[in-house]
Amino acid sequence: MAAKLAFIFFSMILVNNYVLVKFLGICPFLGVSGKLNSAIGMSVAVVFVMVLATGVTWPVYTYLLVPNGLEYLNNISFILIIAVLVQLVEIVLRKFIPPLYKALGIYLPLITTNCAVLGVTILNIESQSLVDPTAPYYTFPEALLCAAGAGVGFGLAMVLFSGVRRTLDRAKPPKSFEGLPITLVAASITSLSFMGFGGMLETLFGITT
Amino acid sequence: MEKKQSLGRVFTAGFLRENPVLRLVLGTCPTLAVTTAVFNGLGMGIAATFVLICSNMVISALRKVIPSSVRLPCFIVVIASFVTLVHMLIRAYVPALNAALGVYLPLITVNCIILGRAEMFASKNGVLASALDGLGMGIGFTIVLVLFSGIRELLGAGTLLGFAILPASIAPMSIMILPPGGFFVFGVLMALAIFIETKMGKKPSKDAACGACPSAEMCPAKGVGE
Repeated sequence: MAAKLAFIFFSMILVNNYVLVKFLGICPFLGVSGKLNSAIGMSVAVVFVMVLATGVTWPVYTYLLVPNGLEYLNNISFILIIAVLVQLVEIVLRKFIPPLYKALGIYLPLITTNCAVLGVTILNIESQSLVDPTAPYYTFPEALLCAAGAGVGFGLAMVLFSGVRRTLDRAKPPKSFEGLPITLVAASITSLSFMGFGGMLETLFGITT
Repeated sequence: MEKKQSLGRVFTAGFLRENPVLRLVLGTCPTLAVTTAVFNGLGMGIAATFVLICSNMVISALRKVIPSSVRLPCFIVVIASFVTLVHMLIRAYVPALNAALGVYLPLITVNCIILGRAEMFASKNGVLASALDGLGMGIGFTIVLVLFSGIRELLGAGTLLGFAILPASIAPMSIMILPPGGFFVFGVLMALAIFIETKMGKKPSKDAACGACPSAEMCPAKGVGE
């Protein structure tokens, strides 16, 4: 059980990295990874919102939508929940924890339309559960760990890539490649390095999928 | 206030001048993720075009009713409704496409091309112009997706739409249909677009990456990606 949960967590970070393998959350990855500080701030905000959003969408889907035969409303209800949650978190942080608001507040509005957050909530209700083979989709602990892993994986990619970007700033690529194009080529090489993790975790945790 | 702009210009803007992917750098996630085969790219393009036209029309029709302070949530609900519709249609009639696109189909909801056009065009223009804008932008998006997936499928699998093109003696570079190939092809295509534009004597606009993003106004990192 613990091994399976750990497997889900680490596979979201390394093998199924949201940014570099699944291409979710590319906009903030390209937009905010220029400086290490903003990369870290954005990543913390994403982990926070992903876990929180899953913590709300999973029960809503399981106990409200499924019993009433409303599964097809998952998309609309999830995006609304995420939008409301982000607003709430912003208000609560501003009121009660101003230092944290100062650090993360500016990244929060960006997260509403971040496809990585909606992506993780949808994937959680579509992925086959490892712990309980009879469950139709991830169980609640699996879903939470999957969300945390996806967020941490996003953070890892952001932090690694902000280092790559700093070196890139001093490089002199051909004129047409300056700016975004060479950044994308660098992202391609970073993504290549993550492909090396494929198959590693199955052996490590002794899981056959 | 309604801008006077000829409908023909509105329609063709998305093809090259304001191409959503290569010029405005919107919708990067689906562009990278689903373009492993032409069939997927084409399917995603058509699905997104349909959502774009419908949501543009509805948002344009409602533009005087929606208060501007809650416009983004309203836009998202309209878009999500059409995405649900498309998702159900595709699941019922083209299950192969549904399986191939997977989670990226519901994620059309947060495709910033659609929200971006709602914010930048449909909320300021009439229904007919908005429909044409949606059609033009959708075609521009589809063209790039097909081009993109054509390159990746040809180099990565040696086929186009499933038909073998390259002779068996040339081994396909499967890295092209894997994630790194996606980033690489995108970088090269974007460099090519900039190169063509410079050759045609135009100065490439500098704030392409963030200027069109619907959340650019509140984004702290605006311009960092240049």
